[in-house]
Parts: sequence; structure tokens; C-alpha cells
Amino acid sequence: MTHVYLDHSAAAPLLPEVREAMTPYLDRDFGNPLSLHDWGDAPRDALEEARAQTAALIGAGSPEEIIFTSSGTESNNFAVKGLSLAQQKKGKHIVISAIEHFSVMNSVKFMQNLGYEISEVPVDKNGFVDPEDVKKAIRPDTVLVSIMHANGEVGTIQPLAEISKITKEKKIVFHTDAVATCGTIPVNVKELGVDALSLAGNPFYGPKGSAALWVRRGVRILPLLDGGIQEGGRRAGTEDIAAIIGLGKAAEIALRDLVDRGQKLTQIRDLLINGLPSKIPRVVVTGDLKKRLPGHASFCVEFIEGEGMLMLLNSQGVAVSSGSSCTSRALKASHVLLAMGYNHEIAQGSLLFTMGIQNKPEDIDYVLNVMPPIVDRLREMSPVYSKFVKAPKGGQGNAGI
Amino acid sequence: MPVYSEKVMDHFMHPRNVGEIENADGVGEVGNPVCGDMMTFYIKVKDNRLEDVKYKTFGCGAAIAVSSMVSEMAKGATIEEAQKITPESVAKMLEGLPKQKFHCSNLGAQALNKAIDDYLAKTGKLKADPAKCCPFCDHEDSENDPVCQQGCPVNQPEIKSP
Ligand code: FES
Repeated sequence: MTHVYLDHSAAAPLLPEVREAMTPYLDRDFGNPLSLHDWGDAPRDALEEARAQTAALIGAGSPEEIIFTSSGTESNNFAVKGLSLAQQKKGKHIVISAIEHFSVMNSVKFMQNLGYEISEVPVDKNGFVDPEDVKKAIRPDTVLVSIMHANGEVGTIQPLAEISKITKEKKIVFHTDAVATCGTIPVNVKELGVDALSLAGNPFYGPKGSAALWVRRGVRILPLLDGGIQEGGRRAGTEDIAAIIGLGKAAEIALRDLVDRGQKLTQIRDLLINGLPSKIPRVVVTGDLKKRLPGHASFCVEFIEGEGMLMLLNSQGVAVSSGSSCTSRALKASHVLLAMGYNHEIAQGSLLFTMGIQNKPEDIDYVLNVMPPIVDRLREMSPVYSKFVKAPKGGQGNAGI
Repeated sequence: MPVYSEKVMDHFMHPRNVGEIENADGVGEVGNPVCGDMMTFYIKVKDNRLEDVKYKTFGCGAAIAVSSMVSEMAKGATIEEAQKITPESVAKMLEGLPKQKFHCSNLGAQALNKAIDDYLAKTGKLKADPAKCCPFCDHEDSENDPVCQQGCPVNQPEIKSP
């Protein structure tokens, strides 16, 4: 059977070179970097090399600004909680966008319980934050603005450089969740003008469990994990050396291959983004067509639900995800699609394809061949579709906007 | 993906009795209060038996399998037998449903019952006013009770349009 994996935002494979770089640290060089004896030497050196590699990927001023963590989720929790708690005296107001990842959304909820106030900036129908809205949301007691670089569900890349002009002028700490962009598109913290940035290794073929938070020198952050002096006292706990080495190596390779990968992925992405709506009527592309992640194609297929499509695609060897409420454990429609103005019915038809470096244009051809019968079959079964078909022409039916 | 039983997968991959019945004797349409999905059942009744049962479903894999199973269980049954189809009996026939998908089986039993009520109402056989039922457990609740007596989260899922 043909196998086409198009769910890289859920999990991506490890690069062989990365695995190779990691193995000694699971094996011979198992030592603790804090040890003063010889066993500490190799891991210590490797740790600092990985720090430099990770810093280079995002154009950080100094490797010391990188704090290794265990996941993008941890980095986001650390940033939201640590950066705002460090400025308690200044104020208790945080600004985020309406389409942040749950690790930011739920972290600000936590802060809300501690008495913080939250402002959520809306997005337009393509998923863009308007910098003017950020400006309006900022108050004298605002201590943190956290807006993601790109959204994993719809792929829209935010105008961070414009937003940072505002935060700089108002002297407010600006954090961005760049898990979806780091290692995928060029990311330079100076050009973006941010003060803190979360990244994770798996999206660029590093190991899961490898991630980092970059915090610009001079910006105060309160640790979430108290204990030893690891990571300059900002994140205690014995380092997962192998994962960190993997992150560093993957960062080095990503930086080297960034342009190539970007071009290739943009090409196959556009095959799907242009192909699917032309093969199947009433399919909407969600997110922006231009300012979007290279290997990212997201749609809403009208009149049907995502889990059914996902299962039928799976039976044809194609792996994808959906943001429909039926596929979510919480049975909630995607907050991202709702924030963009799609209604519940349309959001139910959400389908997300995320491509990786091993995908080929033929993979997309295959998807374009198997999709139409799957959609037909589910539409045949859908009461919403039959209502649409029976409705007088030109009436009914909208993309939910 | 939730792990579905073989029976669920079979009914999902090969759903039985899909479709609509023109001039049906009873039609029941329900929306899923949890995730916003929809199911419509059509029945044809002859000599107190469900001679034909068809449906359309807008919902997850489990919802599709549930509607297919309900149609199989109901087809050929008497009205009284069909009224006894419960979410539990459907889930059992499907060799179980993942916990977070159990509410989908309510949808099936409910839609069928609504179609039967519709038929009974049309033919003047409906007894008294049917009390408002909880969409989760079919427990009869009074009209103004926001929460099902059995503790089902009737009000919990907020499915509002933006
Ligand atoms: S119909 Fe939505 S979860 Fe089953």
C-alpha cells in the first residue's frame, strides 16, 4: 500500500545525522556536565556547542541567552509565567492573540487566577493580527505581549516586526511562540524585534523533548523550576544532554538547508493548495495564501466532518490531521477557526496537511486522486449536503464568513 | 485517532441503509449538543413495523457507525421494539465506543426515536406530551431544568456561533 505521511506538525522523523550526533551521549558520554571529574567534560563541551548552534539558528546575540527546556509547551509556560511574574511590581496585564497555542492560552488562564488581566487581540479572516489592535490593547500596566510567529493550524505568519515597533516604543516585553517557524523559515530575533522566543526541535527533525526559550540579555525572567544551577539558574534539573545535542545538530542542519527546504516545501504545498479546491467544489483554504508556512496546507471541506475524512484517508495510507470538534478530545471546535470567523459547521470540515522534507510531488498527486471519492462518499451521507443541494440555487451556502 | 472496535470500523467503512426516504412516514432530525453535528432518520411504517429505515449523518466516524447500526437494529422491528433501542444497546452492538465518543450513540437513538414520535404524532397515536429528555442519557427532565437529573452536562458544551 502507498504510504503518504502528511502530519509533520504532529510528529516529524529524526534526521539520521541528528541521531548519530546523539548516540554517544546516551552511551559512552553519559556524564553530568556539572561534574568536576573527566566524565563531565565531553557532555559539558557538547552542551555549550549545542547552545551556540541553537543561538545561531535564530540570530541570537549570545549563546547564554538560550535556555534549554523539555518542550515548546514548557518554553511557552516559562515565558508567559516567568516573564510576567518577574515584573509584578510594574503591573498585571498580559496581551495575547486569539489564536495562540494552548500552552500560551492556558498559561494566561493560570495567570488570570493569580489576579492578572488578559486582553485577547482578534485576528482577521486570514488569521492576521492587526498591529494597531495590539497598540490599542496595551495599557500602562501591561507587562507582556505574547503573539505567535505562525499558527500551526492555519499557517499564517504574523507581522511581528511591525508589532515589535509598538512594544519597543512602549517598553513592553514581547514574547513569541516560534515553534512552528524556527528551522522552517528564516527567524532572526533582531529583525523580529522580540525579547523572548520559544522554539522546539521536532519541527525541524530534532528529537521530541528538545526545546528552548531564548530570552534577550537584560530581560528578567523568574524560573519555573527551582533547584540547581543548571541553565544559569533559570531552569534547574539535570540536562537531557542527548536531546539537547540533537536540537543543536538539527538547528545547524536547518540553518544550512533553510532556503532549499523552504523552496521545495512551498512548491509541493502549492500543488495541494491549488489542486484540492480545483478538484473538489466548496473547499476553502484556511489562512493566508502568501504569508504562510512552507509545508502547510489547511482547508475546510464544506458539509462534512474531519474525522471521517481523516479515517478514510488513513485507509488509503494517507496521514493528516483535523481541527474538527469531533477529533478533539475536548470535543470543542478549533478556537483558531472560530476566531477567524468560520462557523461551527464549516470548522467541522477542517483538514490539515503538513509536509516534510521527504515528501515528493507524487505524494500530492496521490492525495489529489484519493480525496475526491472520499469527499463524495461522505457528502452523499451528509444531511447538510442534501439540504444544500435541494436549496434553490444562488441562495444558501457560504464559507461561513 | 480514537481506537474503534472492528464492528465500528466495519459500519463506518460500509455503512448500511444510507439515504433518505421520499414521503417517509416519520422523520427525526437531531443536532449533537456536544460537537454540533447532525443526524436525520427516515422511517417507513407498515402494520406497526419499521418496514424501511434510512438516515443521513454529518458527524464523526463513530456517529456514522452508530447511525448505520441503529438502522440495522430498527429495520423490521415493531414500533415498540424500536423504541427500546438505547444508546447503551447501540454501543453494545458496536462492541463498545471510546468514552469520549459515547455521546455520538445518543444521537442515533435520539434521531430514531424522534422519527418514531413524528410518525406517531402524524397518525394521532402519540400519547401525552413527551417530556423533554436529556440528550445525553434520555432521562426525562422537566422543561426548565438546566441540568439533567442524572448529572449529565446538558449546559456545558457551549456551541455558539461567533
Ligand atoms: S459526531 Fe462529533 S464526536 Fe461523534
